[in-house]
Amino acid sequence: MLLVLLSFVILLFSALLALCLGRNPDRAQDAGAYGAAAASVAGLIPSVHTLISGNTWSLSLPWPVPLGSFTLTLDPLAAFFLVPLFILTGLAAVYGVDYLRHYSGRKPLGLAWAAFNVLTASMALVFTAGNAVLFILGWELMAASSFLLVLFEHEKAQVRRAAFIYITAGGTGALCLLAAFSLLGSGSAVLDFGSFSVSPGGVASAVFLLALCGFGLKAGSIPFHVWLPEAHPAAPSHVSAVMSGIMIKTGVYGIIRVLGFLTPWQEWWGWTLLFIGAASSLLGALFSLAQHELKRVLAYSSIENVGIILLALGLGVIGVVSRAYPLAGLAFAGALLHVLNHSLFKGLLFMGAGSVLQGAGTAELDALGGLSKRMPGTATLFFAGSAAACALPPFNGFAGEFLIYIGAFRSVNASGAPALAGVIAGLSLACAGALAAAAFTRAGGTAFLGEPRTGRAAGAHEPGPLMLFSMRALALLCLLAGLASPFLLLPAARAVGSGFGPASGYAAAQTAAVPLIYISAGGLLLLAIIAMAAAKRRAFLGGKKPAVGATWDCGYAAPTPRMQYGASSFAQPLTDFFQPVLRKIGQYPVISEYFPGRASFSTEAQAVFYNSFYYPVAARIRDLAYRFSWIQHGRLQIYIMYIVVTLMGLLIWKL
Amino acid sequence: MHTFAELIIVLIILLDLALAVTGSLSSCIRLVALQGVVAGLLPLLAGAPHPRALLFAAVIVTLKGAVFPWLLMRARDQSGARKDVEPLISYPASIALCIGAFIASSWMGSRLPLPETQVAWIVPASLATIFTGFLLITTRSKAITQVLGYLVIENGIYIFGLALFVEQPMMVELAILLDVFVAVFVMGIAIFHISREFDHIDTAELSELSDWRRAGDAK
Repeated sequence: MLLVLLSFVILLFSALLALCLGRNPDRAQDAGAYGAAAASVAGLIPSVHTLISGNTWSLSLPWPVPLGSFTLTLDPLAAFFLVPLFILTGLAAVYGVDYLRHYSGRKPLGLAWAAFNVLTASMALVFTAGNAVLFILGWELMAASSFLLVLFEHEKAQVRRAAFIYITAGGTGALCLLAAFSLLGSGSAVLDFGSFSVSPGGVASAVFLLALCGFGLKAGSIPFHVWLPEAHPAAPSHVSAVMSGIMIKTGVYGIIRVLGFLTPWQEWWGWTLLFIGAASSLLGALFSLAQHELKRVLAYSSIENVGIILLALGLGVIGVVSRAYPLAGLAFAGALLHVLNHSLFKGLLFMGAGSVLQGAGTAELDALGGLSKRMPGTATLFFAGSAAACALPPFNGFAGEFLIYIGAFRSVNASGAPALAGVIAGLSLACAGALAAAAFTRAGGTAFLGEPRTGRAAGAHEPGPLMLFSMRALALLCLLAGLASPFLLLPAARAVGSGFGPASGYAAAQTAAVPLIYISAGGLLLLAIIAMAAAKRRAFLGGKKPAVGATWDCGYAAPTPRMQYGASSFAQPLTDFFQPVLRKIGQYPVISEYFPGRASFSTEAQAVFYNSFYYPVAARIRDLAYRFSWIQHGRLQIYIMYIVVTLMGLLIWKL
Repeated sequence: MHTFAELIIVLIILLDLALAVTGSLSSCIRLVALQGVVAGLLPLLAGAPHPRALLFAAVIVTLKGAVFPWLLMRARDQSGARKDVEPLISYPASIALCIGAFIASSWMGSRLPLPETQVAWIVPASLATIFTGFLLITTRSKAITQVLGYLVIENGIYIFGLALFVEQPMMVELAILLDVFVAVFVMGIAIFHISREFDHIDTAELSELSDWRRAGDAK
């Protein structure tokens, strides 16, 4: 516990130091990045220790805030989220040193690093807070610091718009959370998590719905996701990695914590979570297939993965309510494992996208191509991350989804609600997995394979050594977490047991260890075969260089890079099929002559939810607000009059 | 003695009404100063004054009767602005509001759960003075009149304090007085700077500094 505190202190101190050293960008970078890395190491030790020992640590300091108490609790559930947090922020900080060097002198790097370290500290505070006031404090700090980071390139109008949507979503979410926490703590003098109790029934359902809105807005689940595909691509890439990898998981963590306060659960909560999760996973994967920018593809893929996690939570809730504990144990363990795994591979993928962005100057898929020859390291690592994201063993994305699948399949044999839930979960997972595989094949293939489509892609170069180091470390962790997945079941089951779920679920989760061991063994075998093949190839070549020739061009006399499959054409069969959902706007050439002349083609993915729901609602609110703009006109006297009239009203009201 | 105190209360109410209709800036400053001096003398009339009370009264009378008017006159001269108060509403409307405020104050004075006061009308008069101060702040456009309104409010609070703590209002009053002194000082400097930067001290013009504009209003 003291080490967690030390980690907070290091983070805040280095943030201050980076801010003070703002005049000297190199020094500020060092202070910020090394502070974050040191804090990660300090924070990882107690987190891992808690996961292994299963103990719960608690710390209370005096804090004279009404309803508040400075209570930090480190239980296995918190530790399970802290481990990916510290791994990812530490590596992202190292990555950021090389990534931000590019902006040295043009941007306030001291401020950026201060915001990054405050963001890390606030997320750690969210995961360890044992009091609602402290939690909200961390939550708001997290929103504010990440808002600053999203605004990093504020000279672009699109970035400003993204940041505005982001801060609006954050404020709305916090409002829901305040309401939920006040309902939860209405019976006690201090809003400590330990003292929360709600009578089952309407109030509990209200708390659940408020928490679902508030935390769902942070988690980026559909229909609360609109800010995510705007804000994540706008932030600097190492921040996108942290935001997508772990910050949206604070929403998942919040939902899990609140579920823990609300026992006994109701079945429709589980169905709500299940349907939100299914919708997020399917639509997230589908929208990611239609995006034209690498980071937006990844952002929508995050929505998909959050959907998978929520779907598993819903499955688990249904399992607990209908006393199908094996199903619940598997689903909850799968959800937590996927939290860990997704943060590792999504961090890797966003860093890869950042390398592309820096190496080629753009992340627009239609401007890239052929990067695997120009940035071989990044390409390999990106493909590793993609394999993990497509849930291909031996990488880590597989284990969590596998547990959910096993739970879903086993429940199909049962009767009643769990069977139906299992069928829905299995079907959505399968569809989402296929769509995600298509999306990553398209994104990786268009960016890295083929020939460069523009001069910028042709001139791409590998990123700096620190960036490559971070990506390599994450890829290695992805592989290790995949191979060691049977050993991750125990910590996951412990976290489930400590936070909210059935303690008996561990036995069920343990049954999944056997197939996982086989799969890990298979993965090891596959790696061994690859290694042997590589060794054999080296031996055959014997130091000779293989000849390099042009790709067979099907007999075209003058092929150009524009004749390759592009990002739009690759996905066209699928996106056309889902056009009613995607509503992409396209301009297609109509060929009416034998010798067609110049033609152009374009498609554009739409933010469907934003355009058809949130924007009209926001416009209505804005128009309503404008009707009252006569109140705010800038005349000092009238403002003072408002105050006087209010005070008078209060006085007369009290008389 | 009480009749004399009640006379002073009447004088204070009359000064409120006079402030509502006075157009000349310098007259306003003098009226506020006079009100301050009269209010400062009020506690001395209640029985044999303590020497400390005498000292406090001396400080109050000096500040309100001499220092503040001097500071404000200086600000008025240096700002080079027009010498009238430039009201946003007409003088008849001002006096109507002032009388309305006095009626409201009498009603509130009868409703407020206060200890019995020895001097009649002291609570309504204090409330009416506070409202007059607010009236000056909200319906006059010059920054200097807002300082004046602030001072009038302070007079009202002082009289209200006298009504409540008949024995020892001094500590409270001193604390407020210190605040007011600093505030007038700062405002005097601020007005000077505003007029130097913008060539006027009309707060209506300052609304151009407002950070919020409807999209359509933007140039």
